Amino acid sequence: MELTGAQILIESLKKEGVDTLFGIPGGVLIAIFDALYDEKQIRFILTRHEQAAAHAADGYARASGKVGVCIATSGPGATNLVTGIATASMDSVPLVAFTGQVGTPVIGSDAFQEADIVGITRPITKHSYLVRDTSELARTVKEAFYIASTGRPGPVLIDLPVDVSKAKAEFVYPREVNIRGYKPKYEGHPQQIKRVAHAIRKAKRPVICAGGGVVSSGASEELRELAEKTNIPVTTTLMGLGAFPSVHPLGLGMPGMHGTRYANNAVTESDLLIAIGARFDDRVTGKLDAFAPSAQIVHIDIDPTSISKNVAVDIPVVGDARQILKELSQIVTPRGPSEWNKKIDQWKDQDPLSYEASPGVVKPQYVIEQICEATKGKAIITTEVGQNQMWAAQYYQYSRPRTFISSGGLGTMGYGFPAAIGAQVARPAETVFDIAGDGSFQMNIQELATVVQHHLPVKVAIMNNKYLGMVRQWQELFFNKRYSGTSLEVGPDFVKVAEAYGVKGIRVTDPKDVRDSIEEALATDGPVVLDFHIAPEEKVFPMVPAGKAINEMMIERMA
Amino acid sequence: MKHTISVLVENHFGVLARVSSLFSGRGFNIDSLTVGETEDSTISRMTIVVQGDDRILEQVNKQLNKLIDVTKVIDMTGEDFVERELLLMKVTATTAMRSEIMQIVDIFRAKIVDISSNSLTVEATGGKAKIDAIIGMLRPFGTKEIARTGRVAMLREYREKV
Repeated sequence: MELTGAQILIESLKKEGVDTLFGIPGGVLIAIFDALYDEKQIRFILTRHEQAAAHAADGYARASGKVGVCIATSGPGATNLVTGIATASMDSVPLVAFTGQVGTPVIGSDAFQEADIVGITRPITKHSYLVRDTSELARTVKEAFYIASTGRPGPVLIDLPVDVSKAKAEFVYPREVNIRGYKPKYEGHPQQIKRVAHAIRKAKRPVICAGGGVVSSGASEELRELAEKTNIPVTTTLMGLGAFPSVHPLGLGMPGMHGTRYANNAVTESDLLIAIGARFDDRVTGKLDAFAPSAQIVHIDIDPTSISKNVAVDIPVVGDARQILKELSQIVTPRGPSEWNKKIDQWKDQDPLSYEASPGVVKPQYVIEQICEATKGKAIITTEVGQNQMWAAQYYQYSRPRTFISSGGLGTMGYGFPAAIGAQVARPAETVFDIAGDGSFQMNIQELATVVQHHLPVKVAIMNNKYLGMVRQWQELFFNKRYSGTSLEVGPDFVKVAEAYGVKGIRVTDPKDVRDSIEEALATDGPVVLDFHIAPEEKVFPMVPAGKAINEMMIERMA
Repeated sequence: MKHTISVLVENHFGVLARVSSLFSGRGFNIDSLTVGETEDSTISRMTIVVQGDDRILEQVNKQLNKLIDVTKVIDMTGEDFVERELLLMKVTATTAMRSEIMQIVDIFRAKIVDISSNSLTVEATGGKAKIDAIIGMLRPFGTKEIARTGRVAMLREYREKV
């Protein structure tokens, strides 16, 4: 059957099981939106900025494990997606981004709303396509979804010239994909897995460091089985939060710059560090020379380029974390609790995460603890970037994968709110909370219209300190309190802004009202903005200053 | 240390940009890069000469392999391989200088491919050392223009065919 390119696109999306499309139309996309108009199987979520469409598709993907899909028009629509694509790329999120393009005969002529988006996004996509002929479209879509979702997941961009979406071609959706340069490897080498089991048997002070790869491969159960069988304590990176329950007796919370002291102690003193789906980011390792100095390093990762990129690895195992952990659990020798476990429990008792309450002041840590209690630790939490993100990582107890959604690698402010939109669309029955800062929230505040239009009951909790707080914190600690360019003293009344969009807004200035306001938000059948006024001086601790070893942590009392 | 890497890629538009932006984006230095078709017209061979220590080269190889359009990466360094470069060099040559230049050209088994009243254009092929040497010998006559192709390379046959 002959279909137009636009129809082929919609049919192909249906074949891939796509139920939601985030985006904004534009001149070169009108034919595609026309084809979408009568489509019942695909829900279109109109965002108010293309960046939010990319983040929402990303949040959808992280919450569901499926591929997120966004669409934007040529030129500015496409360039507005860039930050969202880069965010997905750094955090290995499966995303397919469609961009409209000017007609093939005028490509390269600086036509109206033309941008070389394939060129612009080349370093931030896993792969990209410019479709030159309608007959190639179905195969291209098939390949794009395959590439985005397999191996180490990532964003794929498809640039669609307007004439390609209007021309007709025979629609045949390919059943299989065969790309000779792309054959992801899932099975870990059995010999390497044996070496890991042997290393575990010999180790006195082993630690597991679980990253985002454990979440994306769905290996949480397997990780738990291995940890419990061997009594190896588990630290989870920012991207790995939820992969292992933080309240588990073997749980160490997060390592690194704002990690727990006991996680950093454990990593530093370990004689065997097993990194699983984690890539040794500088925020995790601190000063490289002093990172796990006496440990043998095992690295389980699907991406060979991650092996020995930052930290020299002794036993690499390339493959899918879930399969490898399953095999490893079968051959590993069980271990009972040891002196090492005792020592770690002591560290946990001595140095828990803590903050000082002060009367009459709303503490962000307290707010997050209360959100955690009120939602019984079962909400999906998205975050913006900065202090709000670190407090959300430290004080909410994650027990399930895909419940902590945050821009880790790129550190994109303005990510959390649109990501919450995507997460809410993907998981309509769950409570979704965006833990925000006043700076970050203003970067995509216009999406309040989107949650109202599409009836998405997303809750936003702003930790409002009238500063770009994390930069302010560095200025206070390392730049003589010279608060250059970080004051947001001129900011909106967030309650009024919310109300202007038709969203309930609640301002909280007294700690006594924190819990009630959260309960009220949860009882509200629709979106709510909670504006918590916190002290500008409030900082994230513990903290490893940049360039220091991770066991050289600053705590509140020293600062 | 210099490495000669042979990269087999899909013969699509945009592949060269992907490979070269991978190098620039990660701060790897390319000494030379050549591209051309292979015996299979859907596959091109890039020969890339790159400088770096073992750790950098390991990353280069892995990152190249990660590109969807790359089907094979072979680091030939340390293997037995044939390496050639083509040189075109236009040298100032008055009638009086011609015979001397032609002698040098003979010694290097090069060729004169163009002649005018005051110039000779020399074509030479060979490894980097030979090309550097002939340029060195001809330079004193006066260089008008130099064009070098960069290196192409191939493993010798007794190893697995690539």
